[in-house]
Amino acid sequence: MSIAITTQFICFTVLSLVVIIGALGVVLLESIVYSAFLLGGVFMSVAGLYLLLNASFVAAAQVLVYVGAVNVLIIFAIMLVNKKEDLKPINDIKSRRIISTSICLTLLSLLIRVDLTNVWSLSSPQNSIGEESTIRIGEHLFSDYLLPFEVASVLLLMAMIGAIVLARRDVMSKDISTGLPVDQELIEKSSEPLLTNKN
Amino acid sequence: MNLDSIPLQAFLIISSALFCIGIWGLLNSRNAVRVLMSIELMLNAVNINLMAFSSYIDNNLIQGQVFTIFVITVAAAEAAVGLAILLSLYRNRVTVDMESFNLLKW
Repeated sequence: MSIAITTQFICFTVLSLVVIIGALGVVLLESIVYSAFLLGGVFMSVAGLYLLLNASFVAAAQVLVYVGAVNVLIIFAIMLVNKKEDLKPINDIKSRRIISTSICLTLLSLLIRVDLTNVWSLSSPQNSIGEESTIRIGEHLFSDYLLPFEVASVLLLMAMIGAIVLARRDVMSKDISTGLPVDQELIEKSSEPLLTNKN
Repeated sequence: MNLDSIPLQAFLIISSALFCIGIWGLLNSRNAVRVLMSIELMLNAVNINLMAFSSYIDNNLIQGQVFTIFVITVAAAEAAVGLAILLSLYRNRVTVDMESFNLLKW
């Protein structure tokens, strides 16, 4: 094994360990804030895996969109809704845990069996375009994937407007169907300003 | 088995494990924000799968990478709308406990 291959193996092992352990931390840790930061670590390591697969453009997009946008959005949401509350106990939590864990382990063993037993028709590495993948992605986006590309921009616009409409605070004073006044207490909880008591 | 590069199966196993962890989190977490995080984990698992196939099987016409970019776009839109829905739910119910969102239960 040459030194480049050895380096690849070491990088792959470290990145995959970070991905798996970080993902376990995201679902298992008690504190949701630690989970959010671990999720950022998982996204960064997935970007590293993309770099190992010769895909520098997608790795950059992963870092920009996931770590820069989605993770920050999740941290903001945690900040907005983070309230200590005592969760009501569920009676059959143990059986639920057992059933869901067994389902997940069965699915995992099934997937790993398919991964290992199927004969993949690997293409020869001579055809690989390697570092020129960014150019090829650009060609795809403006020729045979042009319609999905344009639809994606419309989708982003719709998601932006939808998020603004869903999350804005002011509400209608009358119910649309019945015409009765809406109980504002239900929709907008009264909250004391955070900074009034400080000075 | 030759050891001149990382096998495709290694990437597939990583992605399967990540997907199953995401499903476990989706089924078992009671905090709604954590449910959204689990969905992001599952989307990332699918992306790793697409990228591995694109690099090992379709390494000239890398269509998997284009698909990954579209998945990233949809995931960003999904995260924005999901968190907006979560905020308005929190405003209505003053909780993020998934067990209390049972209005549609028959």
